[in-house]
Amino acid sequence: MNETSLNCQTLKESKLRLTISGRLDADSTSSLWLEAVKKVSDGKPKALEIDASEINYCDGVGIGLLLKLKEKQEANKGSIQIVGLKPEFEQLMTLFDPGQLSEPERKLSLFRRAAEQTGKAVVDFLREMQSQITFTGEVCVKLINTLFHLRSLRWKDTFLIAEKSGANAVGITALLGFLIGVILAFQAAIAMKNFGAEIYVADLVVIVLFRELGPLLTAFVLAARTGSAFAAEIGTMKVNEEIDALTTMGLEPVRFLVIPRMLAAVFVTPLLTMFNNLFGIIGCGFVMVSIGFAPITFLNRMQEATDLTDLFGGLVKTFVFGSLIASIGCLRGLQTKTGASAVGDSATRAVVTSIVAIVLADGVFAVVYYFLGI
Amino acid sequence: MGVNAKPIIKVEDVTIAYGDFVVMKDINFEVQQGEVFIILGGSGCGKSTLLKNMISLVRPVTGKVLIDGKDIVTAEGPELREILKTIGVMYQNGALFGSMNIMENICLILEEFTDLPRDARELVANMRLKVVGLEGSAYKMPSELSGGMRKRAAIARAMALDPKILFLDEPGAGLDPITSAQLDELILELSRSLKITFVIVTHELPSIFAVADRVIMLDKETKTIIATGKPDELRDKSDNAWVRQFFNRRAKADTST
Repeated sequence: MNETSLNCQTLKESKLRLTISGRLDADSTSSLWLEAVKKVSDGKPKALEIDASEINYCDGVGIGLLLKLKEKQEANKGSIQIVGLKPEFEQLMTLFDPGQLSEPERKLSLFRRAAEQTGKAVVDFLREMQSQITFTGEVCVKLINTLFHLRSLRWKDTFLIAEKSGANAVGITALLGFLIGVILAFQAAIAMKNFGAEIYVADLVVIVLFRELGPLLTAFVLAARTGSAFAAEIGTMKVNEEIDALTTMGLEPVRFLVIPRMLAAVFVTPLLTMFNNLFGIIGCGFVMVSIGFAPITFLNRMQEATDLTDLFGGLVKTFVFGSLIASIGCLRGLQTKTGASAVGDSATRAVVTSIVAIVLADGVFAVVYYFLGI
Repeated sequence: MGVNAKPIIKVEDVTIAYGDFVVMKDINFEVQQGEVFIILGGSGCGKSTLLKNMISLVRPVTGKVLIDGKDIVTAEGPELREILKTIGVMYQNGALFGSMNIMENICLILEEFTDLPRDARELVANMRLKVVGLEGSAYKMPSELSGGMRKRAAIARAMALDPKILFLDEPGAGLDPITSAQLDELILELSRSLKITFVIVTHELPSIFAVADRVIMLDKETKTIIATGKPDELRDKSDNAWVRQFFNRRAKADTST
């Protein structure tokens, strides 16, 4: 009795009779949906009669099938008659009939879509620039304000953030510095061996580390580790309406959340860069010693090759990198929208924007240093 | 509210604890088919925990929860999946998937549990949306809907597979009285026309009086059920002063008998 079956009978004068019997629930309806709809679509009968007298159970999905057949038949401009449907199922049909369905937005042509997306991307970019500039301005004003009123700074938070983003990152920065020192020295040694100039590996590695790679690598680690954490933390606060709570309590989110992060990041970036440089030199020294140079030879060569200008030239950049990472991370956090994926999106955008901004800033430094003769 | 005298849920000797902390002990009750059943109690008494226990999100230390004769506590794998097909849950904030529109939210369940073709899934989803009064919002994102609409959409999603039982966690919370009353009407309409059994956790007294066939009241101190019955009877005739105080919404205990 519970077996679901579909019987199709073509009668004269283009009349089709579908006999549905048994149980019409989600499982059984799924198996005969396509067949039933196909019979009506292909047959295009002028009159369709559905014998529903043997349907002993029918839920929403079953009613859906009957409504679909009705819709098809109406689209074919044919008549439909459902016979023998139990009154309780008929009641469901009235309850569930969605009538005119809302359609999803029609897709535009490829060209129009491309034009629309390009326009949107340009407007988004300009808006992004605007918000970045406004935010930078606001942070600068608050920063200057904080410098004049040092008591207004949340010192405890600042040190806590500095510990999390600085002290806790020493291990990874040092390891990365050491490995880069080793790899760079090793690759350079292979190339320079052809010219008998292995001793100059020290020059190459130390100058590259101090001026470029040390600050850049540290900034990348910080962007990935700290920038994303800032965005995620502030983003979660935004989703939980904590930022709104701060605002309504009269506590400016920028002063309360951004300034401590900004100061912490600005001061820990140069420190981490020095760790990175130190371990890079150790890595380079390790390779130099292993290819036969005495440690003192390496140290002397290093001292001759570089001076404090290279070291400080690199360190000055890190203040800018640190402020970029913190401000972009915080801005992305504050721009977080609602929904489960919003925080993840903010963290991703924070890392990507920070890395692009760091490389751009590094390019600007390269040009400025060139003209200053540093 | 035609109630058949056949229990569809049986909670037997359930004790729930988090570590050493016992939330409730030896809870026993039955929910009849087609009934609108309300779980009540003061803040922190474990109403939501009990609801989560009935939908297998929180496992009890001891006891059984029989859904249509099958124990959801011990069920696993395909057996649990079969039981879960017969129930629908609306969470307090709707818990709609934010990255999908309303249509996709409903179709996801139909796609996972049935072999219906895409147009069939969309038709069934539209039918559900019509019942909850959201015909025009199928392709909107959850963030574009108001709180009340989100809850209606969540009910439509919970109804996707024609469940026998709908569990609602605080349906009226955060809604204005009109929207809340509309939601009550929807519950009554679904109970009447689709014979769905409702198990609702709520604090809203007007809603309780509007929809409830029967309520149980949990007590934080004794960790047990202290009252069972129809809401008006409990309000007027309960021998427990705290229960009368609760139903009469008084700050101090009602000591009159």
